[in-house]
Order: sequence, then C-alpha cells, then structure tokens
Amino acid sequence: MEAVLTRWREIVQAASANRTGLRLRGGGSKDFYGEPATGELFDTRDYRGIVGYEPTELVVTARCGTPLAELEAALAERGQMLAFEPPGFGDATVGGCLAAGLSGPRRAQAGPLRDFVLGTRLMDGRGRIMEFGGQVMKNVAGYDISRLLAGSMGILGLVLEVSFKVLPRPIRETSLRLSLSQEEALTAVTRWRRQPLPVSATAWEGGELTVRLSGAEAAVATAARTLGGTILEDREGERFWRDLREQQLAFFGNGDVPLWRISVPANTGALPIEAADILLEWHGTQRWLRTDMPAREVRLLAREAGGHATLFRGGERADIFEPLPEPVMALHQRLKAQFDPDGIFNPGRLYRDL
Amino acid sequence: MSFINDAAFEVDREPLIAELYRRLPRHCVLSDVEDLRPYECDGLSAYCELPLAVVLPENEEQVIAVLRTCHRLGVPMVPRGAGTGLSGGALPHAQGVVVSLARMKDILSLDPEQRLAVVQPGVRNLAISEAAAPHGLYYAPDPSSQIACTIGGNVAENSGGVHCLKYGLTVHNVLSVRMILADGTPVALGGTAPESPGLDLLALSIGSEGLLGVVTEVTVNLTPTPPCAQVVMASFDDVNKAGNAVAAIIAAGIIPAGLEMMDKAATAAVEPFVNAGYDLEAAAILLAESDGTEEEVAEEIARIRTVLEENGATSLKVSGNEQERLLYWAGRKAAFPAIGRISPDYYCMDGTIPRKHLGEMLTAINAMEEKYNLRCANVFHAGDGNLHPLIMFDANKPGELERAEAFGAEILERSVQFGGSITGEHGVGAEKIDQMCVQYSEDALDAFRAVKNALDPAGLLNPGKGIPSLHRCAEYGAMHVHKGNVPFPELPRF
Repeated sequence: MEAVLTRWREIVQAASANRTGLRLRGGGSKDFYGEPATGELFDTRDYRGIVGYEPTELVVTARCGTPLAELEAALAERGQMLAFEPPGFGDATVGGCLAAGLSGPRRAQAGPLRDFVLGTRLMDGRGRIMEFGGQVMKNVAGYDISRLLAGSMGILGLVLEVSFKVLPRPIRETSLRLSLSQEEALTAVTRWRRQPLPVSATAWEGGELTVRLSGAEAAVATAARTLGGTILEDREGERFWRDLREQQLAFFGNGDVPLWRISVPANTGALPIEAADILLEWHGTQRWLRTDMPAREVRLLAREAGGHATLFRGGERADIFEPLPEPVMALHQRLKAQFDPDGIFNPGRLYRDL
Repeated sequence: MSFINDAAFEVDREPLIAELYRRLPRHCVLSDVEDLRPYECDGLSAYCELPLAVVLPENEEQVIAVLRTCHRLGVPMVPRGAGTGLSGGALPHAQGVVVSLARMKDILSLDPEQRLAVVQPGVRNLAISEAAAPHGLYYAPDPSSQIACTIGGNVAENSGGVHCLKYGLTVHNVLSVRMILADGTPVALGGTAPESPGLDLLALSIGSEGLLGVVTEVTVNLTPTPPCAQVVMASFDDVNKAGNAVAAIIAAGIIPAGLEMMDKAATAAVEPFVNAGYDLEAAAILLAESDGTEEEVAEEIARIRTVLEENGATSLKVSGNEQERLLYWAGRKAAFPAIGRISPDYYCMDGTIPRKHLGEMLTAINAMEEKYNLRCANVFHAGDGNLHPLIMFDANKPGELERAEAFGAEILERSVQFGGSITGEHGVGAEKIDQMCVQYSEDALDAFRAVKNALDPAGLLNPGKGIPSLHRCAEYGAMHVHKGNVPFPELPRF
C-alpha cells in the first residue's frame, strides 16, 4: 500500500477508536456548501494524480486529491471532457467533486454527475480499502455503491479514487441569445426539449435566454437558424457558460442575500414569487433564487411546484437540504451505521443526525 | 446444471398459504404444483425450483400485504417480472414465495411536455415506447427481450440494449421509483425534479436484482425520436482490426447510436436465418449506427466511413433506406434464436472488458473452444465492451452441460483479469454468484452485505442471489482468482 494510504488508514482507525469526527476536505472550494463541517481537518490533497486515462476507452481514473482543473486539462488535450461540467469554484478536487455531486450547465443535455461515475475506491471506517464498479461502461455485478457515493457529502467513507466516463468534446458549439420573458422562455425550452435539437444548455435571466448548441457542424448551424436570436461571438459564449458554471455571473455576486437552488420538474411555469432575483437553468428545472424570504416559505414554494429546495450559499447554515420523509431518513441512518459505525466521516455535513 | 441456494429457511407451508389466501383475493394466489410449474425458472431454464406459492398482486396495497405477511412469518420472497432474465434472478426459493408483478401492467400517465411516463412494474419495455410514439418520443433502453421484458425487471437488472453507449442504461433513464421494503414499508426514491435530496438511493435500487425491495411504480424519462437513422456495415478479415476500428471511431470523437460486432461463427449462424446480406467471408463485421437529423447523420456517417476505411475494412455498405437498416439489425437481433437453431442448447455469457482487450479475449475464447471441445459464436456490444459469447452444447450429451458451464466461468474470470466485469447487463442472479468472489475482494463483498443489511436486515428478499454469503466464497476460494492474480496461470483449470 502507498505510504499515504498507510498513514490515512492509521488516522481513520484512530478516529474510529476514539469516535472523533474527520472533516474531509480537498481544495476547500465547497466549504460554503452543505451543513456546517465539524471534526478534525483531513486534507485529501496528499493523494493525487491521474492513474489511468485511455481516451479510446472513454474512461479516466484519478485520485481524490487531484485538482479538477488538472483532470479537465488532461481531457481537453485529447479532445474530451467531463460532460456534466462540474463547477470548480476555485480549487476543487476530484474527491470533493464526487462527494458534492454538483453538475453544471451541460447537465441539461448530458445528465448529472452520477450518470458518469463508473467506479470508486473507498476507505471505510475500519480503514479497509475496497473497489466498486470499475473502468468499464457496463457493470451490473453488485450494488451500485459508486453512484451511492456521488453527492453523499463524504458521509459514507473516504473516496480514494474515482473512474469517470468521459465524452468527446462537441465538434461545434454556438451560443445565441433571445429576448424573452420568463414565461416565454419556459415555454420555449419545454418545446425544444421535446425535439431532437442539439441544445446542450439554457439559461434565462433578466429577460434574456441564452442557449448553447453543441454537435455536428450542420446540425448546429441549422438549429441556430431555427431558434433565431443573436449569435454570440464564440469567446463571449464560452465565457458566459464558464461564468455560469463557476457562479461568476453578476447574478451570483449580489452580496449577502441567500442563494437558493430550487429543483422542479420539467414544464413547471414561473414560480409565484416577487421578492427574488431569478436565474433559470437546465431547461427551467434548476432555478437559482436570491432572496431573503424565510426558508420555510422558499421550501413551501418548491414543494408546491413538485420539487425541493437547497440553501446553496449564505443565510443561516442549518437545514440546508430538503428534509427527508421518515422511512427514507431511516434508511440513511442504517446505511451510515453500516459504512461508518463510529460516525467519523463528515459528521452532520449532509443532515445533522448523520 | 444445478444451483445450490445456501440461504436456508424453515417455513411452515400450510399456515403461510392460509395467511396468503386471507390477505389476497383467491385468484391472486397459486399454490397447486401444476400452477407453480410455469414459475419454476426464468430465462435461465437450466436452474429450476418450485416455490411454496406464487402471488400475483394487482395493486400496491396487495404487494405491501404480501411483504408484511412474509416478513412476519420469516418467508423468503422472490420478485418476478416477465421471467425473461438470463441469470436466474427470478429462480424461486424452495421455502419461499414468488411475487409476480405481471398483473400490475398499467401505464398510469404519460406526459409529453414533461417527457415522462409513470408506469406499473409489469408494463413491458416496448409498450412504453409504443405508447410514447404518437408524441414523437420513446423509452431509450432496448434490451433484446424488450417485446416481453417488463420495466420492473429492467429496474432490477439495470438493463441496457444496443443503444446504451449513447443513450445509457436503465439507471440513466429512470427518474423515480416507488419501492416496498422487505418489511412492507413503502418509500419513494428519486423524483421528477433534478438532484433529489439525500443519498442516491434510486441509483442503489437500480440493478439490485430484487434484493433490496419490490418496485411498484416507475417513472421513466422519454427521449425524442431521432428523425433519421442510418447504419454502416463493415467487414474485416481480422477480429483485431475490427477491434481497432472500434477504438478509432471513439478516438475520432464519435459516439455512434449503436456499435455492434459479430464474429464469423455468429454471422454464419444468422445469415441463413434472416438473409441480411452479411459478408460470410469476413472474420468479423461491424454495425455502426448514427441517428439524429438528416444533416447530422449524413455528416457522422461520412466520418465513420472514413475511419473504417482507414482501419482496413474490406468492404462497406451503408443502409440506403429504413427497410435496409432494419434488415442489417435483424441479423444482430436474431443472433440468439439463430444459434438456438443450429445447436440444441446454448449458454449466453455477459462479460464486459475494456475494448482494447477484445482481440486477446477472442483469441482466448478460440483456445477455450478447443479446450472444452465446444463451439462458441460471439456477438459483442463493441461500443461499451460488453461481450456475449454464445456457447453451443447439447444437454443430452453427457458432460457437455458441465463443460459449457466451465467454459462460461472461464470467460468471466478472464473478463475480470482484463479489468472488466462478470456481467454487463444480465445480472449476477443465481448463475454468477460464485464469480462475484472473483470480481470483488472480501472487503467489497462485505460492503455489499452491509447495504443488504441496512435495507433488508432479515435477509428475506431474494436470498442466496446476487451477493455471495461469507462461507460461499471461502468454499469457492479453492480456485479463487482475483484481479488477474492467477495462481499458476500456465496450468489449465477444469
């Protein structure tokens, strides 16, 4: 075993023996996210590097402490990408990327992070190292623990390595902008979703709908003509989507007002809300709200639309994620107890009692 | 072939049957031997077992009633869809009850605006696409059994199909399920809004082979039907060249809608059956499909052609119309029945390997044909590395069945050595339970048992399948091979 892992195992076993929490952290880019972190700081950046990348197999395997930017640069060199476009928020690492489970603008077309997780290597609360899934596209042997770890906020164990499915970068990307009201934009994206159009991302804010088309040259050109609007300079388009993904758009910079993420089903109309700035993504299924409304009201709004709400940034850092129904929470507790019986991994980071 | 289920239970038959009749309408319970007979096996007919009873609940309340009853009495439960599975996942337990979801077959709603359908577990895979077709939509995963197999079974097995490189498996196309836990507690997992809160229990439930719960409702994502599709058929005089061509297509940044390979033995079996115009001289043929708008398809087909020509294709044909496209595919889709026509029995394997090892794998299989003195035809989801060797044998000839089993086991173990998996889409079930000890370390298997323990602590759902018990691997360990660490690799193992 590598020296780092031997050392890590000792730390994990000692933490289990003493029942002390470990606060797993890579680059710290998502310190703001989730329930407050507690426990002794455990820096995952000592274990880094891409351990396998074969472009023709569409698979990359990297250690948890690998900077996401390093991984993405290696893929870009071979004309490939992480299709779920995870945000880096600065110095994100591969481990944190998996644990937070966040996806960016292209999720609208390509699907979420968990769809691209092929395998993981995990250290459990007893310091045992185990592998799940693998480096192949299809593997239905055993339960899909790798996907269970995606978005788990690190509460089930220490992820050592992740294998992601990667995809070729589109041959052509063109972004365009249309002036539409929120209602018109929602109607348009719902209509496009039903058609075989190469729309890879949509974002609406302040009366403007920005659309990205990705695919074969001819298909993108035709779709651009069909959709109309103004075509953005390539560089301007790229900057827009990067700034959206990294929450660098002016919308996200608005001081101390809490940022909520509302998830709703497709074809949901405008939410009945006045006191908020709104940005719509993922064909209207992800809605960013900047609002001082009480948490209770925001959650009610989301629930009445058939969705749920996350207090993404700011506000009072408690009750961040949507509360779970009792039997589902019971399953969470039982899984946590099985994987991490001494409760050492990121205690309380996903839900206070986990 | 016989399957030894090492999960033992002691169940009193009479009180159980009486209780089931009390809980369910009479026509929903089967307990006479002649009524149970049709349920004694699934698509893997070599394994047979009679259950104590079969129940056919007609709604979720009845499913809950059955599960509560069995849970209270400590009775094993085996969920079953259409029974088309190929790994014995729905093989009954001798002390248990088969819970057939076949009567829950309503499409509850279909919303073209949201692009989703809410269906009961007994709805057939193809029926969803048929219902969605008038709206220009379809359900993407298309396992070859899609005429008969049900969505509940698809969820249990995480079924794929020939288009999953581009469109994904069941796990990528299901938005939510309602699942009844072993003790009868209903839970809703996932949702139609993205990024459901909490742990991704939906992903955990998909492909769990009926070991974690019984699904009573599935919400699936529907996909817009591509207006155009075309397929290129290419011949190669060498399987390695065909394998390299597949890698070259991917390297060129193309993700075809389908990318399939058949070896000479497979085309020879299929061609007289369907007259698809396959090149019978070729060592292997590749089928590469492109779909999308007409322009997209034209552009992509041209690129695929170039790559195939550069990689030594000896001949190329592009489907000129829809009829021709379907004909090219007809051969691939008829591969299993075609083999069934030329051989009294066949055993279909389901390993996945990194594509780069395809040539080595086929060479190894050729050597195994000699070693076990059995023929094998290969069809291959080349795009995602999923190999389906079809081992031909005659069960009436003494020893052939055992040789076929050993042949299959060796293919699976070789798949693991290449860094692949013992099953890409058919599931572990009863069939590959021992090979789980080859693919996974004891610690990883322990984690699987931990998951099972969290969701079904009494161990009543589909016991003896999917995840090997502790002592099972110890017994199999006599010839345990893990991740290529073969003891004495030069020695033949029978």
